Amino acid sequence: MKLARDTWLIFQRQAQLLLRNPVWVFVGVFQPVMYLLLFAPLLKPALNAPTQAAAYKIFVPGLLVLLAIFGGLFQGFGLIAELRAGVIERSRVTPVSRLALLLGRALRDVVSLIAQAVIITLLAVLFDLRVFIGYLLLAYLMLALIALMTSAVSYGVALKVKSEDALAPLMNTVAQPVLLLSGILLPLTFAPGWLQGVAKWNPFSWAVDGTRALFAGDLGNDKVWQGLSIIAVLAVAGVVWAARQFARSVR
Amino acid sequence: MIETRGLRKSFRSRAGRETKTVDAVRGVNLDVAEGEIFGFLGPNGAGKTTTLRMLATLIEPDGGQATIAGADLRKDPSGVRRRIGYVPQGGSTWDESSAREELVLQARLYGITKADALRRAARALDAFQLSEYADRKCKTYSGGQRRRVEIALGIIHEPKIVFLDEPTTGLDPQSRAHMWDEIRRLRTEGMTVFITTHYLDEADALCDRIAIMDHGEIVAEGTPAELKREISGEVVIVGLDAATTPQAAELLDTEAYVTKLETVDEGGLRLYVDEGAVAIPQVLRRLDHAGLELRSIELHRPSLDDVFLTKTGRSLRES
Repeated sequence: MKLARDTWLIFQRQAQLLLRNPVWVFVGVFQPVMYLLLFAPLLKPALNAPTQAAAYKIFVPGLLVLLAIFGGLFQGFGLIAELRAGVIERSRVTPVSRLALLLGRALRDVVSLIAQAVIITLLAVLFDLRVFIGYLLLAYLMLALIALMTSAVSYGVALKVKSEDALAPLMNTVAQPVLLLSGILLPLTFAPGWLQGVAKWNPFSWAVDGTRALFAGDLGNDKVWQGLSIIAVLAVAGVVWAARQFARSVR
Repeated sequence: MIETRGLRKSFRSRAGRETKTVDAVRGVNLDVAEGEIFGFLGPNGAGKTTTLRMLATLIEPDGGQATIAGADLRKDPSGVRRRIGYVPQGGSTWDESSAREELVLQARLYGITKADALRRAARALDAFQLSEYADRKCKTYSGGQRRRVEIALGIIHEPKIVFLDEPTTGLDPQSRAHMWDEIRRLRTEGMTVFITTHYLDEADALCDRIAIMDHGEIVAEGTPAELKREISGEVVIVGLDAATTPQAAELLDTEAYVTKLETVDEGGLRLYVDEGAVAIPQVLRRLDHAGLELRSIELHRPSLDDVFLTKTGRSLRES
């Protein structure tokens, strides 16, 4: 009860600050839209897809997962600014739940990610993408779990390194192989065997496969529940770890 | 209100390949009474902020005990959190929020209902003369206004004790004087105030009692007056003609309140006394009685800087 209340307080505050600066919507949507307009047209011939809509079915889920990973991983920067302003320390001398300090922030990131995902899906619908709404909601659940995990991890790392100069290269170094090994831009079916073998160890690769299966309307595909379970477990682990960073001493 | 015994904290710092242990706080014993303004004095790096952060539950002590407003620091940190307010040194407000938003949020983090939080925020804004800019973003405030918001944030839940870490650092003299009044007002409202400072005049003017910390240890504790008396007492400088000086010296040397007497070369005396204010009338009467003419009389009180110099072997201003 106290956890829910405290989380809501932090969420409210963070959401309010975000809405006050609506530029984020534009920035958050601009890049994926560019991919949609300038990159996706190359895919139909490259993927040998029968129609443009079929190509979007493969590409859009990958793009959304990409957005969830990157959107989450770079949330730590905002936290470092808050650390520097003393806002975190001010919260930590109150009896507020430490888990709520993390969850309120991470859930704000999840909600803003889903808002972006909805905008991009609607745009893709204009390009003849068709997805069953129930499957789409499941895909959004996957995205929400990914964003929850990546933003929690980003906050945890931010509390550990405490400086933008360290956080930026660290996050980029993590994100790049994760991105390439998850078949986000092009499915890994084209990859040589050894690359597919490595990618099996990348949880995001499972998430991308699962999301693609949902967009393809293939709910029975094992990849769906496997992807969801792997990401859910990692999200819980990420949240627990990051909440412990909030509880520990922070300068 | 605050009682600490043997509070310790060391940090490990890494320089290259070597790990060095720095004993930031080595066994601090403090007793702060209810309703006093207690000053914690020392140069930068003496361990003041570390001690404060331990008392505010922000870092865990390595050893020792502390009881704060009846709650045990080690066993019941959340009990301590409910009873204390803490105003950090580097600020605690967010540029894009307004003072009112910050105050309401802070109150709610202490479990206060929304309606009550709004009421408290309005009252605090009024008390700290911030109502005029209450709904403007914090980034538009002056240094003094922002510091007042931060103090208001620290006491929004009406704690028994408030910790202020260097509350006037970086303020102009006028804002500083204003801040002193605010701090005295907190005491009038029944709060115990614990401040750290490296300004001696501030400690002297504001604090009921002070402790001087150096290299992680308390080197002196008492009221500012006690501490000053302890080191050298006070000096009464009596201006006399060279001719009458020996006679006056003979007269005053036998007085009980004079602990030591020195003759000034060009005429006059330096009398070391416990309390100058008590000694001066007696000196005047004695000399007048003997018909000796007095040119001037002057009282020199040792400053806290003299105390600091005696206790730590260096001047606070140099360190």
